[in-house]
Amino acid sequence: MNATDRQVPGMLSGLLATAKRDLLLAWKRPGDVLNPLFFFAMVCTLFPLAVGPSAEQLEFSGPGVLWVAALLSTLLSLNSLFLSDFEDGSLDQLLVSPQPLPVLVLGKTLAHWLTSGVPLVIVSPVLAITYRMPMDVVGVMMLTLLLGTISLSLLGSIGAALTVGLHRGTALLSLLILPLAMPIMILGANAVSLAASNDVYTTGIWALGAYAIASISLAPYATAAALRISNE
Amino acid sequence: MDGLAMGGYGAYVWSCFGLTLLIIVFSEWRARIRHKRVYRDIEVRLKALEERE
Amino acid sequence: MWTWFHKLASPPHFYRTAALLSPWFAVPGLALIAWGTWQGLFVVPMDYQQGDAFRIIYVHVPSAYLSLMAYMIMATGGAIGLIWRMKLSHAVAAAAAPIGAAFTFLALATGSIWGRPMWGTWWEWGDPRMMSELILLFLYFGYMALRAAIDDTAKADKASAVLAIVGVVNVVIVHFSVEWWSSLHQGQTVFKRGTMDADMKTALLIMILGFTLLFGSMLLRRIRTEVLYRERRTRWVRDMILSPKGGG
Repeated sequence: MNATDRQVPGMLSGLLATAKRDLLLAWKRPGDVLNPLFFFAMVCTLFPLAVGPSAEQLEFSGPGVLWVAALLSTLLSLNSLFLSDFEDGSLDQLLVSPQPLPVLVLGKTLAHWLTSGVPLVIVSPVLAITYRMPMDVVGVMMLTLLLGTISLSLLGSIGAALTVGLHRGTALLSLLILPLAMPIMILGANAVSLAASNDVYTTGIWALGAYAIASISLAPYATAAALRISNE
Repeated sequence: MDGLAMGGYGAYVWSCFGLTLLIIVFSEWRARIRHKRVYRDIEVRLKALEERE
Repeated sequence: MWTWFHKLASPPHFYRTAALLSPWFAVPGLALIAWGTWQGLFVVPMDYQQGDAFRIIYVHVPSAYLSLMAYMIMATGGAIGLIWRMKLSHAVAAAAAPIGAAFTFLALATGSIWGRPMWGTWWEWGDPRMMSELILLFLYFGYMALRAAIDDTAKADKASAVLAIVGVVNVVIVHFSVEWWSSLHQGQTVFKRGTMDADMKTALLIMILGFTLLFGSMLLRRIRTEVLYRERRTRWVRDMILSPKGGG
């Protein structure tokens, strides 16, 4: 009883300390946060240029384009999740830490989500409006992105842990993560489309929420296992 | 001859069965080549080791 | 029972047994496939809706079934290897991947050829089963790419096992999310099959059984290569290869 009493605050503070450290690092290197956002905006710019600027086409494809762009830009930022830690040796510190590794991993993914997912959610309305998305649909889209990026960060952390330290890891990471991430995009983009056509969209939201909860509780274990394997 | 035409769907039906045969044969062929290569590599290494001894 | 199991799982014993066992899967498998093909192509009456095009089912469904079974074997093999540190089990997983990918490709290709006369298009994005199968193929590619990218076999085994296990959970989610997605875009999925009569069903079951046996034989053969490669520095491989009789 005593032991667990002492452990619980320890775990939480370990999680928060890891997250805080990564947030500070991100603050010092704003490029890591901003580049994926620019990428997101640019992918959203590509589509009207490729398929034409007609209003109905933009309205129709908006939810899908925004979601695809969000997925790709998250993928872009995932590569660096464990890379700098791997290079400067602090990953080894993480592995031998007395704290349970999944908890620390959760802290790192929390920081990743705060620096990639949340900024995406904040920027997305601007782009959504250029796609002529009505305001109430924009709200739904932000909600789906908020929930979906949680799962994307966590799923992505598994892939990042598996490929850390490998040559040509970036292309491999995309190959591993994209099929895993497809359901999230299907749920998110279609919920927004349903909202845009005044349909019942809550199924998608609930499913995204369930996915997020499931990945919060399961993915850190897989990531921790993958990290240990990659660093043997 | 009528049986082979498959009521106009012959090209589709036969290409599916042919493709199945092709893929399975190809997969087996690749497997055999890989086995031979693995075996020969080990053999070459062992023979070289033996000569050095 | 346990000792028997341990004996089979020992690499030299498995290497010899697999060679003996493989034809016992291949021959009945091929015989069943030959009989099923004969039945399916010429004996079974044609479908009242799809005409003779439905006969593609006799290669399409077994391939689709094997594509999933190979994935399950791959993930189970990886999981057993991770949990009980059984090396042979990792070899099974490694051997199952390329065969699984081949059958997944086959399921997609035959589905696409079937779709041409039925849907009027080579590829129907709205069909949930085709989409799931396509994502499954991508999962196989990812798995094999990860294996190929890691030089150390033991590390590749464990890393790809984690990926395969995550993938299994994902296959289920892919299935449901794709079903939901296609239900939103209804009107395109018209792969209705009327009820099959008994002869059609029997021939299909025979085909599935035959394909499964053939798959077993293919798998055994590939596991053998994996075992040989993984054990390349051991005494028994050395003795076998340098013995005048050779191993094969």
